[in-house]
Amino acid sequence: MKILTNCKEVSELLSQAQDRPLGLGEKFGLNLHLMMCNGCRNFGKQLDFIRAAMKRYLERGVSGR
Amino acid sequence: MAAPNPNNDHAAIPGDTGLEQFRSYLLRYALLQLRDQTAAEDVVQETLLAAIEGRAGFSGKSSVRTWLTGILKHKIVDRVRRAAREQPLAGNDAEAERSDAELVDALFAGNGHWNQPPASWGNPELSFENKKFWEAFEACARLMPAKTARVFVLREVMELTTEEICKELDITSTHCWVMLHRARLSLRECLDLQWFGKSR
Ligand SMILES: [Zn+2]
Repeated sequence: MKILTNCKEVSELLSQAQDRPLGLGEKFGLNLHLMMCNGCRNFGKQLDFIRAAMKRYLERGVSGR
Repeated sequence: MAAPNPNNDHAAIPGDTGLEQFRSYLLRYALLQLRDQTAAEDVVQETLLAAIEGRAGFSGKSSVRTWLTGILKHKIVDRVRRAAREQPLAGNDAEAERSDAELVDALFAGNGHWNQPPASWGNPELSFENKKFWEAFEACARLMPAKTARVFVLREVMELTTEEICKELDITSTHCWVMLHRARLSLRECLDLQWFGKSR
């Protein structure tokens, strides 16, 4: 199994996790990295937030009136 | 339009003026994707007309807004498909994409570590209540190069799968993921700079 030490690759994987189901090995490697890396952990949470914000942005048009 | 419509007695189906109230929502939706006021207005107009004509097609199973959004999605995807055919990635777009790639490269050191690891945004959902946040969000979303934005919105707003996007735009799934990733990275950077990082 590949050990993920590269934040650039991890950020790509976190982004792809928004678009496709990750394989078991990918998930494992990712979680291992996230346990050690604050930056990537924050990045992952922020991706979820951006997705939610995009949805909210559209909702605002009607709920605002 | 003022003529009384015999179908109007169906409670779940709004009249012409009832549909008008959704115009601003539909316009916002269309603008995000098309990034062009005139094109967005056109597509919303087409949607409302199609809705008025096809009112009988409304089953009442979904909300009126969902129904209208469904019609709008089709109209937008049609237009995107046409635009992608008429203006393949070229000129300014290719340039914009390159600068996009450079931005991403600038975020990481040669060994793949973050130059500046993303800091926590705390409870970012609290910003949803702030009008100023949405101004920043909108400004950041508009900074994306057109082609990147097109892919991002097809994914996040239209909720197409990457396979569907690949098919629509005739790109590989790897290219699609790269573009989605860049879109997210640049949006994240911009939000951090314009909003969440301001108090740091
Ligand atoms: Zn990392």
